Amino acid sequence: MQSLLEQFPGLAAPVSGPAPNETTYAVPADLLRPVAAWLAGEAGAALVLMVGVDERPIDGRFRIYCIFRAVDQLVILRTPVDGEFPSITPEVPAAHWYEREIQDMLGLHPVGHPQLRPLVLHGGWPRHLHPLRKDFDMADYPEPTGEPPLAFQGVEGGGVAEVPVGPIHAGIIEPGHFRFSTMGENVLRLEAQLFYTHRGLEKRAEGMGLEHGLYLAERICGACALSHAVAYAQAVERLTGAEVPERALYLRSIALEMERLYNHVGDVANLCAGAAFAFGNTQGMKLKEQLLRLNDRIWGHRFLRGVAALGGLRRDLDAAALADLLGTLGKVEHEWQEIIGGILSNGVFMDRVRKTGVLTGDVARALGVVGVAARASGVAVDLRRDLPYAAYGGLTLQVPVYEAGDVASRMQVRLVESFESIELIRQLADELPSGPVRLPELPPAPAYARSIGYVESPRGADMHFLMTGATGGEIYRYMVRSASYPNWAAVPYAVPGNLVADFPLINKSFELCYSCLDR
Amino acid sequence: MWKIFDKIRRTPLATEPLAVLPPAPAGTRGAPVLLPGGDGLPAAVRACPSGALGAGGGLDLGRCVMCGACAEAAPGAVAQSGRYALAVRDRAALLAAAGPEAVSGEIHAVLGRSLHIRHLDAGSCNACDWELTHLLNPVYDLQRFGVDFVASPRHADMLLVTGGVTRHLAEALHRTFDAAGEPKLVVAVGTCAVSGGLIGRTYAQRGGADTALPVDVYVPGCPPRPEAILQAILLAVGRAPHTAEVAM
Repeated sequence: MQSLLEQFPGLAAPVSGPAPNETTYAVPADLLRPVAAWLAGEAGAALVLMVGVDERPIDGRFRIYCIFRAVDQLVILRTPVDGEFPSITPEVPAAHWYEREIQDMLGLHPVGHPQLRPLVLHGGWPRHLHPLRKDFDMADYPEPTGEPPLAFQGVEGGGVAEVPVGPIHAGIIEPGHFRFSTMGENVLRLEAQLFYTHRGLEKRAEGMGLEHGLYLAERICGACALSHAVAYAQAVERLTGAEVPERALYLRSIALEMERLYNHVGDVANLCAGAAFAFGNTQGMKLKEQLLRLNDRIWGHRFLRGVAALGGLRRDLDAAALADLLGTLGKVEHEWQEIIGGILSNGVFMDRVRKTGVLTGDVARALGVVGVAARASGVAVDLRRDLPYAAYGGLTLQVPVYEAGDVASRMQVRLVESFESIELIRQLADELPSGPVRLPELPPAPAYARSIGYVESPRGADMHFLMTGATGGEIYRYMVRSASYPNWAAVPYAVPGNLVADFPLINKSFELCYSCLDR
Repeated sequence: MWKIFDKIRRTPLATEPLAVLPPAPAGTRGAPVLLPGGDGLPAAVRACPSGALGAGGGLDLGRCVMCGACAEAAPGAVAQSGRYALAVRDRAALLAAAGPEAVSGEIHAVLGRSLHIRHLDAGSCNACDWELTHLLNPVYDLQRFGVDFVASPRHADMLLVTGGVTRHLAEALHRTFDAAGEPKLVVAVGTCAVSGGLIGRTYAQRGGADTALPVDVYVPGCPPRPEAILQAILLAVGRAPHTAEVAM
């Protein structure tokens, strides 16, 4: 990113590392907005993560880190701030939620944010307390204030009705509150209040040993457990300079594709449930159960917890396990083809999913949408190809991209990718190198060092920011930006103009995690 | 449409008999077991991320996330078992001194009548929630036992709580509990609902489900296997004698 220095000659020379594709620029607060605007504009980079850190115990100031991806490079802007900082949202809309979160959690005011209101901490939280400040005690459970619940903007006018839904839903679904402004059957506007399952996970991580942090990362989310574990492990490995054995890299990719496969099959099945299409739902859920049992048999856990280790894997696959894997996948592939044949042949169902819940490419790009939802809206992003990790660098990957941005496109992306996952697993198993799967010991991490780990989870890019503390062996700051983070913000744009009754279908076509977002 | 009929016609019955709870596959992680020698126990305590293994060497299964770190760090002190049917009525029974309760009798005989369940996510990571969903898939087919998940708490006989109780869900939890008619049962599903789990108590999470509601049955696990959740439901319904007979 030589041209960034040409564009802004006042900037100091950047620092590279810890990964070869990471470059950190020290950017003074008054330059933050123009630099960010230039990166997201002319340079064509995408904001993939923004995190605030209370570094006052180190040198008396807070820091804001803005992380952009420019093709295969990560450009990190490090800005010292005190009580406030210039909002970059007016120039880089994808920053909108990060800045609101920074306001809630660290009490840093993003000056010029167009819609600054609480995001993570609901009504009743004492607004002068900011949990991610170092002087806030984790166990402090303040009494609710008399602050009213957050207000919704709504829509005014004759014939407009408001439909509140949640946080407890009719089915077995994670909690969130949706407020529909409707005119007859049509949705005029949707507002979502999320973060109901906010557990304080990032605060909990602070002070934890790096080894223990892995178990926490595995429990950010059930459905993306392995993606988060590997993203965290990669962040630690980049910090320590650990060289993960090649066999472990291959096996990580195999396990990550198994995670994608069971999710995609289950998500398509669930999508069918959203349209009360029993055939697709029951057949798909039956197949998902077979995949979960395969996970259980060969990796020891249905949701692939306890698979990743810092410096490799906690388990190896022997010849019998590999045979089980390939044999089961063969049957699953055949079965899945038959089920999909039935789903796609059903005209009533296909009528429901086509042109329903359209997310335009412009909105997807502006909000930094990732994963299945991005690829269904014409945005060709996939970290496995763009920033290869594990064993993906050596694989040829087809990234399916559709332009329509509707429920059908998001289903189609999953269908194509599920077969590709099976192919990738076969290829990886065929070329699996021999050797150990875990480093006997992890090299020590430096003190107050930062790194980024990332994985293309079944839902899209998970970005983990990790900073070590004074001894290097413990976590100082951990921020988890799952794929659901940017994508949740986009869901309300895909709903207006559709029927209220189509919301479950639209929501299930995004199939985002609440816990991944809420943390 | 023909493809659908044809596929349905050729699909054999997927539902498993599930007369007794089957053993978990070899290599899966269930409850850890303290070994008599205790060789290297301090290393196991250090390795435990959730505090389930206390400094005094006691084991609280209610806080265990079954990660296996203890057995890996000190194989002379802790062994990893595949035992998963861990539901108990008394939280204290999850301390290693007491053995978890087990249920006997054929499942179908125990759940002979109908039971309506309302799921309550109190702040879970969704793994437990997914296992509840999977209990309804054609393989487990919970509905065949007369058990079903209902939309309204007014229809519910039992609340299955997953996750520790977050600040933001406490009110919804209380209101749902109050809305359910008497008599009602509460089952805490998963280590987070049992004790707050790895997150424990923070500014945003109170701890286990019993910090907010009276809990009748606790079932640890991260997440508990579907069969373990089924066992917890059986235990809560209380028609089962509490002596062992689980195929383990």
